[in-house]
Amino acid sequence: MTQAKADTALDAGRAEFYHDLYRKMLLVRRFEEKAGEAYAQGKIGGFCHLYIGQEAVAVGAIAALRDDDYLFTSYREHAHALARGSPAREVMAELFGKVTGSSKGRGGSMHIFDAGRNFLGGHAIVGSHIPIAAGAGFAIKSRHTTQVAVCFFGEAAVNIGAFHETLNMAALWKLPTIFICENNRYGMGTALDRAAAVYDVAHHACSYDMASETVDGMDVLAIHEATKRAAHLARAEQLPTLIEARTYRYMGHSMADPIHGHYRTKEELEEQKKLDPIDRLERRLLDAGLATEGDLATVDSDVMAEVEEALEFAEQSPDPAPEDLYLNVCRD
Amino acid sequence: MATITYRDALNQALREEMERDPNVFLMGEEVGVYQGAYKVSRGLLEAFGEHRVVDTPIAELSFAGIGVGAAMVGMRPVIEFMTWNFALLAIDQVVNSAAKMLYMSGGQIPVPIVFRGPGGAALQLAAQHSQAFESWFAHIPGLRVVAPATPYDAKGLLKSAIRDDNPVVFLEGEMLYNLKGEVPEEEYTIPLGEADVKREGNDVTIVCHSKTVAVAHKAADRLSSQLGVEAEIVDLRTIRPLDVETIVASVRKTNRCVIVEEGWPFCGVGAQVVDEIQRAAFDDLDAPVLRVTQADVPMPYSKKLERLTKPNPDQVVDAVKQVSYLDGN
Repeated sequence: MTQAKADTALDAGRAEFYHDLYRKMLLVRRFEEKAGEAYAQGKIGGFCHLYIGQEAVAVGAIAALRDDDYLFTSYREHAHALARGSPAREVMAELFGKVTGSSKGRGGSMHIFDAGRNFLGGHAIVGSHIPIAAGAGFAIKSRHTTQVAVCFFGEAAVNIGAFHETLNMAALWKLPTIFICENNRYGMGTALDRAAAVYDVAHHACSYDMASETVDGMDVLAIHEATKRAAHLARAEQLPTLIEARTYRYMGHSMADPIHGHYRTKEELEEQKKLDPIDRLERRLLDAGLATEGDLATVDSDVMAEVEEALEFAEQSPDPAPEDLYLNVCRD
Repeated sequence: MATITYRDALNQALREEMERDPNVFLMGEEVGVYQGAYKVSRGLLEAFGEHRVVDTPIAELSFAGIGVGAAMVGMRPVIEFMTWNFALLAIDQVVNSAAKMLYMSGGQIPVPIVFRGPGGAALQLAAQHSQAFESWFAHIPGLRVVAPATPYDAKGLLKSAIRDDNPVVFLEGEMLYNLKGEVPEEEYTIPLGEADVKREGNDVTIVCHSKTVAVAHKAADRLSSQLGVEAEIVDLRTIRPLDVETIVASVRKTNRCVIVEEGWPFCGVGAQVVDEIQRAAFDDLDAPVLRVTQADVPMPYSKKLERLTKPNPDQVVDAVKQVSYLDGN
């Protein structure tokens, strides 16, 4: 279960860093809310998996990484792209299928790519990107750099063969790769304990003699610290780590799915929302006197303006040109 | 020119490309210490070390995926499948990841990777180890599919495949590894997407690739000596992109065509070739195009039944007689 632990005291010297985390989490929240609205209006097609509730994981982890580290995610990845620094307008335009989008309208919600920021997708076959991330780890090792490859995936991917095959090879070959399991407790509508014999995802690391950690995925600072430790292990000793971040999604699996119903109760959802990662950092900032209500309201209006601008940009942007249909099937 | 085996030609291609580009590495089951299940990688571990000739556990899906990830960040992996039968475990990475990454990233991320290994039937290996998957992979936009028939082609095409910026499915003939042929001492490459006329003739076109090139040659010899029919043999070499121009040029000359392939008939490579011919050369045809394929059954173990299953020169001769109206009907 996701439970609140006693929060550690904030370090006054790092106020700017905390503000940055707060801003990014709020940007993700507001972006996803707006994407949900646009989806309901029929402006976004296909599948659209929102990240609301899980913001601490992407934001906390990515803040612990270097710009030259490689990121791989599943299809619930708008947040990771935003946390990495992809402009909200490009991510939103991709959701709208516009040529100005991150992937020029060819990928959509599930396939955001931003090669310039080493944001390497956006993969929509559950678990398929776990070996791919290890492949980037393999390349890093071959080139003797101190980069790391980071893979975000849901807890349902842990039951996939590729997860086990990859952890084995990553540990065997000492690949500088961080596997971050975002355990939001439900693979679509199937609770983890109904799908997995082992409830503690991090325990799987034992089978592969790999370092592991279980962290409170609703605590952005806890995620940040765990990722920092894993990145250090990867850079210094080229060792992989499995991090299990226990988190919770507030929305349905995708916009096409119910928020609660057969698989979870409304009461459970409301109970979990009390652990909200943004509220939590907000309280800590206020309690520590590192921000005022007014400061935080300003952040909110700033990110709302950014999201509104992104929406406007996406709506106004052109569709991809029909004559470019066959562009980039192969490279000549 | 040196006369070497198809196996050694592939080995030379790997060695030369690994010497040429430090981003090239070979990964797969038994490629290193064991020197390759079919000895294609013989000596490479000693030459390049264990970081570039990487033995894997039996985990096709994930070592294929590791190859894809390495390619996405600029390496040029060569992933060896011990046979293409085992590659079915990895087809998600070949089809869903490698083939689509460039397109779905809006052109940002090429995947320069070669998936290679032996395909097609060998001898009495039965149903799960005797399959030609050309048409499976050729169906997918974003993949190049190559299937060489000779040592010369194997070397030149593998070198081009490794240098290509797209994912390449490279199907070697399990029964071709010991085939000998002339290979130049000096460096050369063969562009992907170019068929090769292996024998010239005016009376009928036989389209084939990989192992069936030898079947076509046997049939052509017999047709020439017994019936005075001179067949032109077009070896596709690359299935995708298909060299329609060379096929059509030959059919325009001969007005008759027989297609031989090792795969099953339904939705086979030959079906695509027939489609191209009927659209581009309908008025040039003097007879319907015929196809000779593997029998439409899982490969049986029995030696007698296996022989009945594989395409053979007699079937090709019969098909040529039919399209030439020499079959007495």
